[in-house]
Amino acid sequence: MGIVKATNISKSFGTLEVLKNVSLEVDKGEIVAIIGPSGSGKSTLLRCLNQLEKIDAGVIEIEGVVIAAPDDPQRKAGISPKEVRVACRKMGMVFQNFNLFPHKTALGNVIEAPIIVNKMNKDSAARIGMEQLAKVGLLDKKDAYPSQISGGQKQRVAIARALAMNPDIMLFDEPTSALDPELVGEVLSVIKNLAKERMTMLVVTHEMGFAREVSDRVVFMDEGRILEDARPEKIFENPSHPRIKTFLEKML
Amino acid sequence: MDYIFSITTFILKGVIVTLKLYAVTAVFALPIGILVAIGKVSGPKILKKILGLYTWVLRGTPLLLQLFFVYFGLPFVPVIGIKLDVFPAACLTFSLNYGAYLAEIFRAGIESIDKGQYEASKALGLTYFQTMRRIILPQTVKVVLPPTCSEAINLVKDSALIATIGMGDLLRNAKQVVTRDMNISAFVVAFILYLMMSSVIVKVFEKLEKKYSIYE
Repeated sequence: MGIVKATNISKSFGTLEVLKNVSLEVDKGEIVAIIGPSGSGKSTLLRCLNQLEKIDAGVIEIEGVVIAAPDDPQRKAGISPKEVRVACRKMGMVFQNFNLFPHKTALGNVIEAPIIVNKMNKDSAARIGMEQLAKVGLLDKKDAYPSQISGGQKQRVAIARALAMNPDIMLFDEPTSALDPELVGEVLSVIKNLAKERMTMLVVTHEMGFAREVSDRVVFMDEGRILEDARPEKIFENPSHPRIKTFLEKML
Repeated sequence: MDYIFSITTFILKGVIVTLKLYAVTAVFALPIGILVAIGKVSGPKILKKILGLYTWVLRGTPLLLQLFFVYFGLPFVPVIGIKLDVFPAACLTFSLNYGAYLAEIFRAGIESIDKGQYEASKALGLTYFQTMRRIILPQTVKVVLPPTCSEAINLVKDSALIATIGMGDLLRNAKQVVTRDMNISAFVVAFILYLMMSSVIVKVFEKLEKKYSIYE
C-alpha cells in the first residue's frame, strides 16, 4: 500500500483548473521526481498533499489515513482535524524560496518546530538540531542568520529544519530553482544522501540529470494531468508521448 | 538664574502630568493596537468591519475634537452619559486614538511579512496561533519600529492638547508662568523640556532598531 496516495484529485484557482483528476501513489522508500513545463501543476500537486492547498475533489491518504476527501461525504465525515495534523507532520517540505525564518539563527530555525510543535525541551531539540545541521554540513553556521549565508546554505538549513521533525516523507518543491548554478550541486548532494537512506521523497525539479540519476520513478505532468508515470530510463529514452519528447529535448 | 530655577520647578510639575498621560497611553494603546491589528488581519468579517469603523473614526477626526467630546460631550450622551474626570477622560481618548494609529501600523507590518513564512510554519506543523506568536509578530516588530517611533514622538507633542481641557501639563504650566510674569523664558524652558523628552524616545527607538538589525 502506498505511503502517499492521491486518487482523482482536482484543484482549481478561480476558473483555472490546475489539477485535473490526478492520481499518484508512492510507496515507502520510493523516490519520485515530478517534472514538466511551468504551470503544469507540479507544485500544486505537492502543495495539495500536505494541505497547503485544499483540493476540490478526490481523496488524499497519507500512511493509510484519509486527510482530504471534499466530494466524498462519507469519508469526509470520518476525517478528524487532529489526525490530519498528525499525518501532515509526517511530511517535511522544502520550498523553492527556502522560507527560512529570518529572525532566527540556522539552529533556531531547525529547533523551532521540535520545541513548539513536539514540545521537546530545549536541550534535546538543540542536540537534534546540531545533528541535522551536521548532516547537511552546516554545523559551523549554526549561529548564522539566514541573511548571512548563501542560497545553497539556506536551502540546506531548510532541509535540516524539515528533517528535524523526523518526517517519513519529504516533499521538495523545486529546491534548486532559486539558486545560482554553482550552488545547485551542494543542495542536490544533500538530497542524494537522503535518497541513499531510502527516505520517501517527492521532488518537483527542473534538474533532469538529477531526476534521472536519483529517482525510482519519474512523473511527467502537463496542463494539470499526469502524462506519464514510469521508470526514469523509460521517460528519458522512450517517452510514450510526443509532448514529453519535445519538453526533454528543450531541457537537455 | 534663580528665576529660571523657580519657574522650571513649577513647569516640571506639569512634566509629571504629561509623563503620566504618556505612560498610561502607551500601556493601553500598544495592546489595543496589537489586538486590533490581529483582528483586522485574521478575524471574522463582522469583526473586521467593526474594527475598520473604529480606526476610520478615530483616525479621521481631530484628536482635540475627540478629547472635547469625551470630556465635555459624554455626559450628555443618552444611556451611557457618564462624567469622567479630566485625567481619565484624557487617558481614554489618547489610548483609543493612538490605539487606532498603532493598529494600522501593526496591520501593515503583519501584512508585509511574506506568505512563505506562514507556509513554512504550517508545513512544520505550527498552528496559526503559534505561527503568529513565534514567527510573524516577532518579524513585524522590526518592520514597525520606525513608524511607531514617529507615533511615540507625536504623542509627546499631542499630550499638550490636554492643556485645553484644563490639565496642568507642561504646556499649560509654562503658559501660566508667561502670562503671570510677562516673560517668555518659560516658553524656552518648555521647548527644551519637550525636546529632551522626544530625544529620549528617539534614543530608545534607535537602541531597539539596532537590537533588531542583527537580522535582515
